[in-house]
Amino acid sequence: MSIDQNTAARVAKLARIKVEEAALPALAEEFNTILGFIEQLNEVDVEGVEPMTSVTPQRLKRRADVVSDGNQPEAVMKNAPDAREGFFAVPKVVE
Amino acid sequence: MLDLTYDLPKVKTIAGAKHDWELVIGMEVHAQVSSNAKLFSGASTQFGSEPNSNVSFVDAAMPGMLPVINEYCIEQAVRTGLGLKAEINLKSAFDRKNYFYPDLPQGYQISQLYHPIVGEGEVLVEMGDGTARLVRVERIHMEQDAGKSIHDMDPNMSFVDVNRTGVCLMEIVSKPDIRGPEEAAAYITKLRQILRYLGTCNGDMQSGAMRADVNVSICLPGQYEKYQATQDFGHLGTRCEIKNMNSMRFIQQAIDVEAKRQIAILEAGGKVDQETRLYDPDKGETRSMRSKEEAHDYRYFPDPDLLPLEIEQAWVDEIEANLPELPDAKKARFVSDFNLSDYDASVLTADLDTADYFELVANGRDGKSSANWVINELFGRLKKDEKDITESPVTPAQLGGIIDLIASDAISGKIAKDLFEIVYTEGGDPAQIVEDKGMKQVTDLGPIEAALDEIIAANPAQVEKAQANPKLAGWFVGQVMKATGGKANPKAVNELVAQKLKG
Repeated sequence: MSIDQNTAARVAKLARIKVEEAALPALAEEFNTILGFIEQLNEVDVEGVEPMTSVTPQRLKRRADVVSDGNQPEAVMKNAPDAREGFFAVPKVVE
Repeated sequence: MLDLTYDLPKVKTIAGAKHDWELVIGMEVHAQVSSNAKLFSGASTQFGSEPNSNVSFVDAAMPGMLPVINEYCIEQAVRTGLGLKAEINLKSAFDRKNYFYPDLPQGYQISQLYHPIVGEGEVLVEMGDGTARLVRVERIHMEQDAGKSIHDMDPNMSFVDVNRTGVCLMEIVSKPDIRGPEEAAAYITKLRQILRYLGTCNGDMQSGAMRADVNVSICLPGQYEKYQATQDFGHLGTRCEIKNMNSMRFIQQAIDVEAKRQIAILEAGGKVDQETRLYDPDKGETRSMRSKEEAHDYRYFPDPDLLPLEIEQAWVDEIEANLPELPDAKKARFVSDFNLSDYDASVLTADLDTADYFELVANGRDGKSSANWVINELFGRLKKDEKDITESPVTPAQLGGIIDLIASDAISGKIAKDLFEIVYTEGGDPAQIVEDKGMKQVTDLGPIEAALDEIIAANPAQVEKAQANPKLAGWFVGQVMKATGGKANPKAVNELVAQKLKG
């Protein structure tokens, strides 16, 4: 798989990361290096091998259904560039 | 056993310029799990709280915060799966669905694309006219809900409340087995009923606790059967997804409008594009959600913060053993145990509160008359006051008491309605009220006969007429009832009148 400049631009847009036109060839190249490495991993035959999800045998940790958090709107909103009447305020998004 | 024989509902067809078109509908229902805390954080799920107050740093996606799954949400998803007779996957996993939107702080939704917790199940959708369709459920997976954007509080800004962010949703995905707008509404109604019985979702569509994405396509007659025989979607038309519907009425309108739009395109020689659309009820049209087009590239990948979810069969068995009686079973039991009509049983099992109320009334009493009193008198009266069955001023014991008084011939049916009104507005023990207010039916023939004799003596002309035409005997019955203040036993009066007039 090879990533061209258009694909690199599209991925950047989906991630909302601004990339200057001039930087795209280098970015595409970087993607290709990474994918090339993954391609190399594909050479290993893992037929019938269950994916390892953890290096230690452990179970997904669970919590009880108890309200133990929240009620901290000031803290949650502290980094907001703009907030009004308890809401985050963002440039208008309309469907 | 459940009687599973039913006729299929008629497939909705829409006439085109040259021939008929058929509808094919699949639904993705998002049902908010009833739980105290969110799926991956300890923040409250309470609807209607102050903006951004039910938010933990996990929900706000602060760096370094890690999700920890709420065990009860897993249980609720399993319970729902069992309620839909679905297979439960003992091993499931979470994936990240990436998209950018202001009310999604993480920039991704944790969902279960590749390994959902629940597999294939089914919902029996009854149409109320004796027909029904078994709609197959493809899967149910758990995912996080997004926040809410409010667009009308400021002319230039959107306001974002992330209270809902991270609340557990079950996405219930149906196969394209629904064949018309009415069926779509009936499917949601039935699903909602089952979830409410199970206690896994409150089913409140207005608050958005239950909402649906509706996939609509059209095909020529005969194509759908080919799809069902092969399960090959190639036989069906291109579908469009109408997003975020939370009104039964709008769902039906949107399906109709969207099908007609697709027919117009195809008949003009065009091609339907697979896309996400939005229904505008004011304009009565669907329109493309262009913003969603790019976002559709979700770049799913397994969530590295969460291990696969493994549950034990013994735990699933335990949940199954504690399932409540579900609507289909309850309805069948009401029909067989209480001798109810299919219709009455449907009405009485529509929700659990009604079913429980009815059962308390009907136990040890005649099922049919209990059903009549609950459906006709009680529902009618509650509706007048816009009250719910849970707010009924008449308890099941009181209503049962009234029915007992009729059954023992202590009061007439007419007096019973007056008694019901007294119990409804003033309360009290029905038997005591009857005693205190002297409402008892007169079954002693002596006073009735005396009253009748008096009436006959005073109205010789009427006697003559009635003797010539027995249909007019009703006048005498009415007079006696009037004379006894409605307390005479109508059956006894009828017999007595017939006897006396015969001469």
